[in-house]
Amino acid sequence: MSISLFYFVAFLTIFFALLVIFSKNPVHSVLYLIVTFFTFTLHYIMLNAQFLAIVNFIVYMGAIMVLFLFVLMLLNLNEGSIGSKSNLLKMVGVIAGMCLIITLVGSLRALDTSDPLVLQTQDLGLVKNLGKVLFSKFLLPFEISSILLLSAMIGAVLLAKKDIKQV
Amino acid sequence: MENLTQAIQGVPLNHYILLSIIVFAIGVVGVLIRRNAIVIFMSVELMLNAVNLLLIAFSVHHNDPSGQVFVFFIMALAAAEVAIGLAIIVMIYRNINSTDVNILNKLKW
Amino acid sequence: MINLVWIVPLFPLLGFLINGLGRNSLPKTIVSFVGCLAVFASFAVSMGIFIELISEETKSFTIPVFDWISAGNISIPFSFLVDPLSSLMLLIITGIGFLIHVYSTGYMHHDAGFAKFFSYLNLFIFFMLLLVLGSNYVVMFIGWEGVGLCSYLLIGFWFSNSSYASAAKKAFVMNRIGDLGFLIAVFLIFNTFNSVEFSSVFPQASNMISGDSALILITALLFVGAIGKSAQIPLFTWLPDAMAGPTPVSALIHAATMVTAGIYMIARSNILFTLAPETLGIVAIIGLATLFLAAAIALTQTDIKKVLAYSTVSQLGYMFLGLGVGAYNGAFFHVITHAFFKALLFLGAGSVIHAMSDEQDMRNMGGLKKRLPVTYLTMMIGTIAIAGLPPFSGFFSKDEILAHVYENNKIFWLVALIGAMFTAFYMFRMMFLTFNGKFRGTTEQERHLHESPGSMTIPLIVLAILSALGGFIGIPAVFGGSHWLAGFLAPVFEASASKTSHLALDHTTEYIIMAVSVGLAILAMLYAYNRYVKQAHIPADENTGRTGLARLSYNKFFIDEIYDSLIVRPLNVLSGLFFRVIDKAGIDGIVNGFGKGALEASKTLRLLQSGMVGFYIFMMVAGILALLVYSMYKI
Repeated sequence: MSISLFYFVAFLTIFFALLVIFSKNPVHSVLYLIVTFFTFTLHYIMLNAQFLAIVNFIVYMGAIMVLFLFVLMLLNLNEGSIGSKSNLLKMVGVIAGMCLIITLVGSLRALDTSDPLVLQTQDLGLVKNLGKVLFSKFLLPFEISSILLLSAMIGAVLLAKKDIKQV
Repeated sequence: MENLTQAIQGVPLNHYILLSIIVFAIGVVGVLIRRNAIVIFMSVELMLNAVNLLLIAFSVHHNDPSGQVFVFFIMALAAAEVAIGLAIIVMIYRNINSTDVNILNKLKW
Repeated sequence: MINLVWIVPLFPLLGFLINGLGRNSLPKTIVSFVGCLAVFASFAVSMGIFIELISEETKSFTIPVFDWISAGNISIPFSFLVDPLSSLMLLIITGIGFLIHVYSTGYMHHDAGFAKFFSYLNLFIFFMLLLVLGSNYVVMFIGWEGVGLCSYLLIGFWFSNSSYASAAKKAFVMNRIGDLGFLIAVFLIFNTFNSVEFSSVFPQASNMISGDSALILITALLFVGAIGKSAQIPLFTWLPDAMAGPTPVSALIHAATMVTAGIYMIARSNILFTLAPETLGIVAIIGLATLFLAAAIALTQTDIKKVLAYSTVSQLGYMFLGLGVGAYNGAFFHVITHAFFKALLFLGAGSVIHAMSDEQDMRNMGGLKKRLPVTYLTMMIGTIAIAGLPPFSGFFSKDEILAHVYENNKIFWLVALIGAMFTAFYMFRMMFLTFNGKFRGTTEQERHLHESPGSMTIPLIVLAILSALGGFIGIPAVFGGSHWLAGFLAPVFEASASKTSHLALDHTTEYIIMAVSVGLAILAMLYAYNRYVKQAHIPADENTGRTGLARLSYNKFFIDEIYDSLIVRPLNVLSGLFFRVIDKAGIDGIVNGFGKGALEASKTLRLLQSGMVGFYIFMMVAGILALLVYSMYKI
């Protein structure tokens, strides 16, 4: 294993991300997105953030993507049912994205040489270590996020169910 | 696992930043060029993940677990957001029988 | 007692508040009681202060009331100054003010705005007391502005009559012109001496050289203020018009107190003026011109109050002439005596007007001697006093001024002497026209003729006694007196006295001066007697043509008309022009232009709100880009 593994995975990430936005069929987009997220998971493992890698794997690739697929299935959106924007607008969008990359790179000086990333503590991203931080320093945000999830659940149910009076 | 973690030893921090920027920009381009609300939503998820990657890279760089905790929170938030957002899309579809954002121009003056 | 001086202005203020707030609910008896009591209480305290001051060794007390303006190196306390000058003014204001309040209870009894009138009067007394008590120019300025306001309110007391209201407006505007001069002078004083406190300004000033340009500028501007307030050329025309107000107002404000504020202010700042001889020269010339012009106008007036008004302007001219030749003492002496006899004359005229059912034209009077004996007698005393016949009060004060003028400039003296002769003539003319001969009014007026009630005659009697005997506070050395007033006021004028030469006339010259002026006054009196009693001459009415000087005098030298065509009309035209061109087209155009521009711009800009979500996101990205570029170049 060498450094080139990172560049290989990074290439995959970018490649599938592009496929996500450029494929015509939304179902394909979702599938490519799953692959993209998987490459993210690989990145996380390489950074030894094992807990987050697993969470990413379960939450994003599992739950969220299944949600997307379910919605697509429910709405029965087929290929081409929604036309994409005109080519001119596409070009403008791509150029804007390029500009964004250039300015971001410029403002963050991302092309300069920098120190290599060195993992100082081996168990930084392990469950034990993160759990300690999460339940001591970030206990209150953690509890609040539970309320957030609850309210999101209620909201989602409320929005998605059919209006009884209307029927 | 040991081998994998040793693989990153030596990747410059800037390359993580570059990767994140590129993925983020792809997300932005996706939002700009697509009309399907669901694909736009997916692009937003791409952007979120780009930021997540950056946070973890910095967390490792600074040897500080807080960054990873933030990512955890962002994931929780993303889950909530997706649930609500998709519910809204379903509502929109029921009303206009489409998820084309160009039809949703009631907000104009 | 001196430390309690802040009580003096407090009483009238309380009176103003009580009468002002309760003007619709309090009965007239309580209103008049409160109004008179407030001023009488002030008078009593002033008397106490005066008596205490005589026995004190030091003659000047500064009593701080509270810190008023204190910012950076500016410190202006709200404090009062008690010294011979201000204590005498206190006595005049509260004493005569009290008498006039008592008089008003009778005079204004039938007026609907009774309580309003008393609250205004009390407010006036309050501001006048502030004016004379203030220990710095700023407190003085508050009083100065306040009396101007009260003057406006009281002249326009019967504001439903539009010509009265415009007379009030005229007085206010002319006063404002003077006030501006005063205000700029205060700024200059602060700029020059870094203080507005009398106790700090005057010692600094007395170390400056005579004729310093800053001093000349300050004194000239102060004098502009005095011109406005004390009705001198060129701002004197408001005073005759101010006779639109109720007669007690004319007596209190436009004869005894407010108009003397200018003289008080110059007397207070005497050291500044002494060191600015150029300004003093202007003061003397303006005073002289005013006294002569006003006396000449008074010769032919037929309205009893107008005669007195011009007489007041003329007497104020004497005071300024006195100030101008450095006779601060004499000028202030004349302020006191003039307050006595002019208040008396105005109140007497009020009594006549009251008896004549609001008739003011002397051509319709005559023969009132028998019907109004008290009024006649008291007014006669006042007339003799103002004409300068010994031993009544006017003689002493006027003579002191004339003696100083004689020593200073013989031509000035000659003109002033002619003015004095005019004074005697028009005053006796007024008396004879009013009280002698046959009654010329309507029968209804004749039936209604009556002597005024006690509340009006008692003040007349008191004032008559004061007019008769008031001169004895300043008997000059030539009659073997010690001139108590001069001795009492000496500390105030001390600094100036050391810088000016003393009166160095020998007694023979002084006797001659007196004899000449008295002789001319008697001559004028006899001529008036001959013309108006023996020949029973009645002034012609409006329509008959007058010729030459009489026409000029009767029409007040057309000064109002000249002002109208020289100042008022061009200003009106100019304002019209400004209104149409600059205001309507320019300023309104700009303001409306902004409105229209915003409207048009938003009509175009609203098209940006297309409702296209993609476009919004695009704009958002563009915004982020712009921010990033900005931050890139900033770092």
